[in-house]
Amino acid sequence: MNHKVYNNRAWWLILPMLLLVAFSAIIPLMTVVNYSVQDVFDTHTRFFTGVEWFEATLNDPALQMALLRQFAFSFTVLAIEVPLGIGIALLMPKRGWQASAVLILVTMPLLIPWNVVGSIWQIFTRGDIGLMGWGLRELGYGYNITRSATDAWGTIILMDVWHWTPLIALLCYSGLRSIPDAYYQAARIDRASQWAVFRYIQLPKLTNVLVIGVLLRFMHSFMIYAEPFVLTGGGPGSSTTFLSQSLTTMAIGQQDLGPSAAFSIIYFLIILLVCWVFYTAIMNLQKDKQQKGT
Amino acid sequence: MNRSLPTTPEAVRERAARTDNLRRRQARSASRQWRRRGLMTAYIVFVLLPIYWLLNMSLQSNSEILGGLTLWPQDVTLEHYAKIVTESSWYMGYVNSIAYVVMNMLISISVALPAAYAFSRYRFIGDKHLFFWLLTNLMAPPAVFLLPYFQLYYTVGLFDTHVAVALAHCLFNIPLAVWILEGFMSSVPKEIDETAFIDGYSFPRFFVKIFIPMISSGIGVTLFFLFMFSWVELLLASTLTATNAQPIGSVMTQTKGASGIDWGALSAAGVLTILPGIVVVYFVRNHIAKGFALGRT
Repeated sequence: MNHKVYNNRAWWLILPMLLLVAFSAIIPLMTVVNYSVQDVFDTHTRFFTGVEWFEATLNDPALQMALLRQFAFSFTVLAIEVPLGIGIALLMPKRGWQASAVLILVTMPLLIPWNVVGSIWQIFTRGDIGLMGWGLRELGYGYNITRSATDAWGTIILMDVWHWTPLIALLCYSGLRSIPDAYYQAARIDRASQWAVFRYIQLPKLTNVLVIGVLLRFMHSFMIYAEPFVLTGGGPGSSTTFLSQSLTTMAIGQQDLGPSAAFSIIYFLIILLVCWVFYTAIMNLQKDKQQKGT
Repeated sequence: MNRSLPTTPEAVRERAARTDNLRRRQARSASRQWRRRGLMTAYIVFVLLPIYWLLNMSLQSNSEILGGLTLWPQDVTLEHYAKIVTESSWYMGYVNSIAYVVMNMLISISVALPAAYAFSRYRFIGDKHLFFWLLTNLMAPPAVFLLPYFQLYYTVGLFDTHVAVALAHCLFNIPLAVWILEGFMSSVPKEIDETAFIDGYSFPRFFVKIFIPMISSGIGVTLFFLFMFSWVELLLASTLTATNAQPIGSVMTQTKGASGIDWGALSAAGVLTILPGIVVVYFVRNHIAKGFALGRT
């Protein structure tokens, strides 16, 4: 194992990064905390309000619904993308020109700006000019994402699966590539079934990358903004309004500094809490592995 | 006589069963091979179909788009692309986006390299907490930082500049870079550092001459991720800019004219935002498999 040396001069190496991140994270976050406990009228008039904004935010039914929708959305996309991603990683060719070609094609959705992803699906699903919208209507289904909340939800989930399954697939693909051939040879000698190979050789190797994948996917799906904003604008009604969009409307649209700051802090804390649970899980996994190794 | 041919009835039966089994297994694996290819092709079609549709739209004139649905352009036109590369309000969007993405990549990688080295090689007061705090920045929703950023950059006079966006994207890109690089650096044995120091290398010289070349594929992968996350982000980029540094994403949202949305131009602009990504993926295609595990398999 790699034993680290105790040396506090390492702080000097970290300092430049720390200053930059402090500038772009700590100062703004302090501003948010500052606003969340005050009622600001203008630059000179402000009152200390304590936890009033927090109470108001937590009791706001519109925000509670947005939070529920957000959780429903995040868990749905995780439940679809993780198994699908593993499946695709198992199917991807391992060598030759096909391997590179498939890699590039699969990666493509990840590198498209998020609002363009929204535009692509907006065009694709329109009833008059989009292939999918037109096709579904020709098949006799009255598909309309601006009227039906079910259609809007289905389309957003399909869009997210299209957009982000590649990340899980590529993570798993890289995990699978690191399994030595000898393992597969041993399995063949044992006449292990395909399922046994997956369960006892491939899946254990994938745990690490899957934890990273689930973490990244949870975070990003919880912060989703541009794609549904472009595709449905949060509608019909507010059926696809997620947390980021509620927050942006509050902070920029209505300029409600206090409530939106309190909302920001609660929002951030929820993500932190969930991610902290994941982080502890990663650490415990690594600890287990080290104990087994020695 | 061929000695390998069996003579007793049991042996004959056994040999027949064995060859039969082999043939059946080969047939099954061949059909499995075809099923795999079929499923993979189906997924690729699913990925490509919306993109194809965008391309299809971008090659049609607006009257053809609205005139009726056609599976491929009947009358290929490049007018939308011509408009984008000649009108400065359009192509400056690309220039701005690329400017702040490159700036952000340079800033992030240059401060992340020493920091990641420190995390991978030393223990120091508060190292674990600091690392976790860094990761929390990766989890911060950009929407939370929208208003404070706007005010902060307005106050320091950086509003509507490329630097503002590049610095704002550091919020998630520096932690990401430190995280990925730390993984790659930890897989380099520590003995290399020690040998170099015994040989009389100073730290900066060792770092630039020996260490950086050793993790060059890790740096390439990190740059790929930095590009990816800075290129696709729009919420912060469009809030912190107005006219001088406007990214292509927010230029695209302004295509709604008096006569409705200019679908052709929107599609052509969309197609052009995909191209830089493809170029970048092509360069790192051989490292991508390793890179996506972030150096942690």
